[in-house]
Amino acid sequence: MTAVTLEAATQPVPLRCAHCGVTQEPQPQAICPECLGPLEPVYDPARPLPSRAEIATRALSIWRYREWLPFTGQPVHSLDTGFTPLVDAPRLAALLGVARVWIKNDTVAHPTLSFKDRVVATAINAAVGLGCETLACASTGNLAISVAAQAARAGIPAWVLIPEDLEPTKVLAAAVHGAKVVRVRGTYDDVNRLCAQLADRFAWGIVNVNLRPYYGEGSKTVAFEIAEQLGWRLPTAVVAPMAGGSLLSKIHKGFGEALAAGLVAGPTPRLYGAQASGCAPIVRAHEAGVSTITPVVPKTIARSLAIGAPADGPKALAAIRESGGSAASVTDPELIQGVRTLASETGIFAETAGGVTTAVAIALAGRGAFSADDDVVLCITAHGLKTPDAVSIRDFDIPTVSSKLAEVASLVRAA
Amino acid sequence: MAVTVSLPAVLARHAGGVRNHFVGGGTLAEALASITRDYPDLGRRLTEATNPDNAFVAIYVNDEDSRFLGGLTTPIRDGDEISVVSAIAGG
Repeated sequence: MTAVTLEAATQPVPLRCAHCGVTQEPQPQAICPECLGPLEPVYDPARPLPSRAEIATRALSIWRYREWLPFTGQPVHSLDTGFTPLVDAPRLAALLGVARVWIKNDTVAHPTLSFKDRVVATAINAAVGLGCETLACASTGNLAISVAAQAARAGIPAWVLIPEDLEPTKVLAAAVHGAKVVRVRGTYDDVNRLCAQLADRFAWGIVNVNLRPYYGEGSKTVAFEIAEQLGWRLPTAVVAPMAGGSLLSKIHKGFGEALAAGLVAGPTPRLYGAQASGCAPIVRAHEAGVSTITPVVPKTIARSLAIGAPADGPKALAAIRESGGSAASVTDPELIQGVRTLASETGIFAETAGGVTTAVAIALAGRGAFSADDDVVLCITAHGLKTPDAVSIRDFDIPTVSSKLAEVASLVRAA
Repeated sequence: MAVTVSLPAVLARHAGGVRNHFVGGGTLAEALASITRDYPDLGRRLTEATNPDNAFVAIYVNDEDSRFLGGLTTPIRDGDEISVVSAIAGG
């Protein structure tokens, strides 16, 4: 990789309000001072864009698509995040009745085994470029771990705020990196509200609050990677989990940018959003054919998707509708079965959100959402060892034997 | 004891630069109106930003999302704390 020089270090790009169009200098700010609408990064339309061949010469990370990430100059932190495998899943394709199924396998994302590594990689470079001396987040778990790990590596103090009843494995995996972990009594939405207030009080870089314009763009790399890993071709359909709705809407944006740059051709993939039925405000709005997202109080074991008031719900809805896709939800027992099906059919052990995505894909196939020639990508966003309790060991036949050949031979004969 | 209305910095700019306002009770709509009467720019922005189809802010009463309480008709009593908070956060 090219050596980073101080002169060329990351500079975050300016921001523009998506609602009223007012522009702002680069700053740790996510909301427009005029209308309170969301700020989004502004890219120089005249910037040189790389060809497929030029991209192919770059390191295998999200930064190989750096012209579509909200910076000028070279990134300085988390240079090795991204480019997770796209895994062929023929048995799952047979189950869904489609031509191909691919797993975008962010269970092995670096450094913390979730797609949040992508967004934190962009956010931490924004934080440094904007002079934020502390990194922070409101998290359902995966983000907390990624912020803690990437801040530790960069030598930046981190505060992560989580709901108090989060899975212990996730709390531990955040704390071990030395971050200040604060458990908040209440739901994720309470944590989120608190962090929005903290962003107004402290000069922190809260990755999914005041650094949100820079943070969210990292998710676009999922779309670029899928296109490149398919040989610069687009799939016909993508199924992605929805919590706040950002991932799905950024995948849509990423495909649009890859098309606009001429890296790929053809129709935009149909996008399908997946939620747990105990927290499905975006799915409910889609099913009702309305644009209003009615907040809910989450009640599901899919904690990483348990956002009752999704900030990017309207954007996700728009992406689903524009692409000709759909949305569906599954119950907790169905998502647990989804975890098991994904593991047994593809060898990939996902956390509960991956179970939701898999079970929703199966449910959608049952409703006739896919055709026999479809080429479907499932975005599997985090590793199963983060939520080990979702799959009970009691559900499996795991015999204990003494160290005698005859006992194992007996089991083999009975199998 | 009055009712406290806390505004984020970006809205306080349109309310005389004051973050914490002290008003009377009634309903949430009445409590907010007692500020926006003096600061019409704030009122216009609040109305736009609470459009249910694309809400940019959420309003909390004693840390509870008012959308779960009764929206703008939520009763407000002495000592209550109303917070206007950006909804462009999280995920």
